[in-house]
Amino acid sequence: MLELIDVSTYYGNIQALKGISLHVEAGEVVTLIGSNGAGKSTTLRTIQGLLRPRQGRILFEGRDLQTVPTEEIVRLGIAQSPEGRMIFPRMTVLENLEMGAFQRRDKPAVIKADMDQVFDRFPRLRERMTQKGGTLSGGEQQMLAIGRALMARPRLLLLDEPSMGLAPMLVSQIFSIIQEISAEGMTILLVEQNARMALTVANRGYVLQTGEIVLAGDAKDLQVNETVRKAYLGEE
Amino acid sequence: MKPWQKTVLYIVVIYFIFLLGPTAGLDIPRIVQAIAQSPSLLVTQLLVGLINGAIIAIIALGYTLVYGIIELINFAHGDLYMLGGFAALTVMGAFGMQDGAPFISAIIPMLAALLVSAGLCAGLNVLTERYAYRPLRNAPRLAPLISAIGVSFIFQNLGLFWGGLRSFIPIMGNTAAAPKSFPDLLPRTDIFQALGIQTKIDFTVKDLVVLVVAAGLMIGLNLFVQRTPAGKAMRAVAQNRDAAKIVGINVDQIIVLTFLIGGALAGAAGLLVGLYNNTIVFTMGFTAGLRAFTAAVLGGIGNITGAMLGGVLIGLLSALSDQYLSSRWTDAWVFAVLVLILVFRPSGLLGENLQEKV
Ligand SMILES: Nc1ncnc2c1ncn2[C@@H]1O[C@H](COP(=O)(O)OP(=O)(O)OP(=O)(O)O)[C@@H](O)[C@H]1O
Ligand SMILES: [Mg+2]
Repeated sequence: MLELIDVSTYYGNIQALKGISLHVEAGEVVTLIGSNGAGKSTTLRTIQGLLRPRQGRILFEGRDLQTVPTEEIVRLGIAQSPEGRMIFPRMTVLENLEMGAFQRRDKPAVIKADMDQVFDRFPRLRERMTQKGGTLSGGEQQMLAIGRALMARPRLLLLDEPSMGLAPMLVSQIFSIIQEISAEGMTILLVEQNARMALTVANRGYVLQTGEIVLAGDAKDLQVNETVRKAYLGEE
Repeated sequence: MKPWQKTVLYIVVIYFIFLLGPTAGLDIPRIVQAIAQSPSLLVTQLLVGLINGAIIAIIALGYTLVYGIIELINFAHGDLYMLGGFAALTVMGAFGMQDGAPFISAIIPMLAALLVSAGLCAGLNVLTERYAYRPLRNAPRLAPLISAIGVSFIFQNLGLFWGGLRSFIPIMGNTAAAPKSFPDLLPRTDIFQALGIQTKIDFTVKDLVVLVVAAGLMIGLNLFVQRTPAGKAMRAVAQNRDAAKIVGINVDQIIVLTFLIGGALAGAAGLLVGLYNNTIVFTMGFTAGLRAFTAAVLGGIGNITGAMLGGVLIGLLSALSDQYLSSRWTDAWVFAVLVLILVFRPSGLLGENLQEKV
């Protein structure tokens, strides 16, 4: 479904991605793990067209995204819950979700139905429907960011550290929702620092280190991999 | 600011008010007496302030919309509004409109002037964004600001040049720089008198028309921003540009749209001011621009309701100062407000700093 071939992305002269290749197949949950500054968010931003690779190709369902503008990439079916949530602080929860569907040309009734689905998934958001996004708690903002991405009706969902800064209870809640979404057939590329949780929900994983993929494989194999256990699971 | 610094500042400010107050017309017993003598004059002045304030508000919206989206203070905005006035005057000339032309015959020329001035200013504003600001979008913030000042000079000189075009300006002054008279087309029928109400309050059909058009523009803008997808996208870009991109909003398009709307409003304000004050001059953009900018900051720059509120407040303050303080000091009072706001409440009256939680 998604394929990155030898992608290099720069910030000015700083090379953040050093020729990474990865692929995500339909229906999979693939996780990209790595420590701070490894280039995980950069990878997602490059896929979304917010950054353009200086080298390499990105194919989505066979189509080269090189010159496709971000809004078109969203329309093609890639939506993201970005790092730091990035909800619209002075818009209500309802409006935030509406914005998620910005690229859709569907009838209002169809969009309304999807919104109800998001509210069913996150009952907390329904209670806070008319509240401004900026007044939500961190966990609620995370739910809103995921909900907003779902409102685009994506075929590939990019999640950037959905567990960041959340209490353990909320973390497991978010991960079980990710599992739910995946069980309903969504393809997910999940970026996480919380490698333990990420590897339990994922089918496959990639380990990113300073802009390079150093390990790849089935989530089960990675869970027991010596390097991963030492570096990312904090085990001896 | 530390508490002691604040205290010192208060003292300095109070000192200046006491020192400058009487010079600048703040003579409270005299003001009280003047109001007691003729309360209807106060009401009349408040109405004048309201109307001028509504026009200032429309200009202020142009500053606030652009600032909200790209955090640029578009110093050329006031001059754009001035060009709107010249465009409207030229249309009036083309229709052969003169003072006191029957209102009915003036309706089509006024609508044409609205279309032309709003269209011209919208177009100019979009071009300015495209060629003066967009290339500097990733430059240090000072660069587009200087660019804006440059555009302001270009517009002013364009206005000066325009003012010298005999074939375009119906009634020439002595020089290109002289104020041009704008045909007085709105009926000066006193509304209260026509209704048979005995009062000394001045409120004419002219006042009402300007007020209604200005209010209509503001309500229209509000509905646009609150209700339509494009308006919501504007708010989204203003609140978080990256997030706006992520949900699939074409940010460049929204920036163009913002300049388009701000420009159209400036053009409409140019026409309104011509119709209301019956004189335009190529320097009016500078003064009106400063007032409108003050209004935008007073309300909370980036905040649409704030710009409207700020505009009306500045209008009221100006009108009251003209009447009760000292018309020569009106600008000083207005800028004293700007200074006070910047010192004590930089986010403005309605500006809120709702940060995202991380
Ligand atoms: N806007 C930027 N300008 C310059 N360098 C940047 C920028 N954003 C990221 N970088 C650099 O690119 C590298 C990768 O950053 P990235 O944000 O992708 O890391 P990450 O894996 O998402 O880290 P984290 O887990 O902390 O979110 C880092 O070295 C970072 O310093
Ligand atoms: Mg990151």
